[in-house]
Amino acid sequence: MSNETKQQASYRGSHVQIVDDENTYVWPKKVQPEIKKLIAKYPKGREASAVIPLLKIAQNTFDGWLPTGLMNLVAETLSMPPVRVYEVASFYDMFYTKPVGKHIVRVCTNVSCMVRGCYKVLSEIEDELGMKAGTTSEDGLVTLEEFECLGACCEAPMMMIDDHYHTSLTGDKARELMKRIKDGDAPAEATK
Amino acid sequence: MATKQPHTLKPEDKIFPNLDGSGDWTIKGYQKRGGYKGLEKILKMKPAEIIDQLKASALRGRGGAGFPTGMKWSFMPPAGDKPNYLVVNADESEPGTCKDRDILLYDPHTLVEGIIVGCHTLGAKASYVYVRGEYVDEADHLQQAIDEAYKAGFLGKNIMGTKVDVDIHVHMGAGAYICGEETALLESLEGKKGQPRMRPPFPAGFGLYGCPTTINNVETVAQVPPILKKGVEWWTQFGRPNNHGTKIFSVSGAVNKPINIEAPMSISLKDLIEKHAGGVIGGWDNLLGVIPGGSSTPLLSAEQCENVLMDFDALREEGTGLGTAAVIVMNKDTDILRVMSRISRFYKHESCGQCTPCREGVGWVWRLMDRLSQGDGTKEELDQLFDVTKKIEGHTICAFADGAMWPVQGVLRHYRPLFEQRIKEHAAKKDIKVKSA
Ligand code: FES
Repeated sequence: MSNETKQQASYRGSHVQIVDDENTYVWPKKVQPEIKKLIAKYPKGREASAVIPLLKIAQNTFDGWLPTGLMNLVAETLSMPPVRVYEVASFYDMFYTKPVGKHIVRVCTNVSCMVRGCYKVLSEIEDELGMKAGTTSEDGLVTLEEFECLGACCEAPMMMIDDHYHTSLTGDKARELMKRIKDGDAPAEATK
Repeated sequence: MATKQPHTLKPEDKIFPNLDGSGDWTIKGYQKRGGYKGLEKILKMKPAEIIDQLKASALRGRGGAGFPTGMKWSFMPPAGDKPNYLVVNADESEPGTCKDRDILLYDPHTLVEGIIVGCHTLGAKASYVYVRGEYVDEADHLQQAIDEAYKAGFLGKNIMGTKVDVDIHVHMGAGAYICGEETALLESLEGKKGQPRMRPPFPAGFGLYGCPTTINNVETVAQVPPILKKGVEWWTQFGRPNNHGTKIFSVSGAVNKPINIEAPMSISLKDLIEKHAGGVIGGWDNLLGVIPGGSSTPLLSAEQCENVLMDFDALREEGTGLGTAAVIVMNKDTDILRVMSRISRFYKHESCGQCTPCREGVGWVWRLMDRLSQGDGTKEELDQLFDVTKKIEGHTICAFADGAMWPVQGVLRHYRPLFEQRIKEHAAKKDIKVKSA
């Protein structure tokens, strides 16, 4: 089922590598009000609470992933030691510390989806995209991942494309959605 | 075995009447269904009175542990120099569990109203709702509901002239199962890796930012206002003593109509599957086993499914638990060993890495499960696997490792003959290969 069998200790963040870069980044004007609003949700002196939301903005505003320079910007904004920000970025599944595709396709392969045939759906997706789960396509269009339960188990099998859920999948429906991504028409809202 | 319970609720008895998403989830629809009516009266009640009623209702937490809510809330000190907080756990990630998602999507005001009442009772002026990072659309609905409630005067300062102040903030995670553990959630909310804390101190004394904090599941919080409005007697008519109330069950897997359904507590598992979820695919006799409360709860065998009731105590007596009431049905077309090995892989992926028995052990258990589920091993290794799960269980900071070990113990208990059969088949195949080589 998986090529991870031979790995020894493996837990959150243990295999995440961080890409050093010397670049410095600044927040574009358009996201600054949002950042201010986010930080204001938390009491004075507790700005670090905004680290996850800010990393998300950083990831979305720049290239979809987090080089160290960008994480340093988050650290500076929140007056945190950079290493604390790296720790957070490597702990959570939705952060990427190396380059990813323009679109992220996450296929749930956990138990409810598995009972309802997610691996068949996944292989149709792999076939349609001509790539394997756990990789990024050569043209940088798609990163395809097996993901843990996404909390839509009563609508299994399902996947997430960028920010939205696509549920009650069949092989055909999944192919259709992949075709849309390839045609530059990636779905911008959920489908049922 | 206790007497059989009814299997449906009258529409007016449902706390989440719009769970199926057929109606209007905005404030207009919610108020039409009676929402926010009677809130003012509750906000004029003394917190101690509210807690007494919750204790009498025997409401137990809906997030998995089943701790009595009234008691939990009574642990909070009155607000002092430090602020009190109510934190809502919407980090729903226990495999099989998808009920909070539908509350957030289709009845988010039930949660908003619950938070208002909760904050008043707990002496908190602010509440954070920790929503799992993947629930982008869900968090949008919740935020819209919050905005609507501010506009209508149900949130903010001096709500309806009652001198109660409540602010709600939505905080999103970024994908980590362990953040559903309450102290890991607090760490994450404070901007750190989500690694569980040692207890004591307990969150009621030293929680978010070191302040008194109560953490509750979405469903639990949303159930509080209806209990207070309709009364303890109304609530306790459902379910057996100590297990009362209504409950959302998420029935998924090999059923004809997977569904999130609010039903009376203590409904029989068979009714739940047959009357609400369209029955097992291929018929009841095609049933192989059921995970009754999310991936951490041990399997029930098909025989056990015949009579078991869906509540905390009945399932504990069967050696498993109600957990999040996420019922995952498997029929005879399911390769149950492969499924259980997949669950072990999930726990390996999610271990936070803090405690050695979990960090090293969960991966070890998965590797062995992966091999044994394909028959590649020995009978002695089955014993060894069971033995190791017993050594991991109970030796870590939080209950994650226990939750990872219970399903393995459950499958070894009920399906050992299947493992042994595979081991035999595998050995036979190897034999043929050796001979032909
Ligand atoms: S198991 Fe796939 S969404 Fe829960």
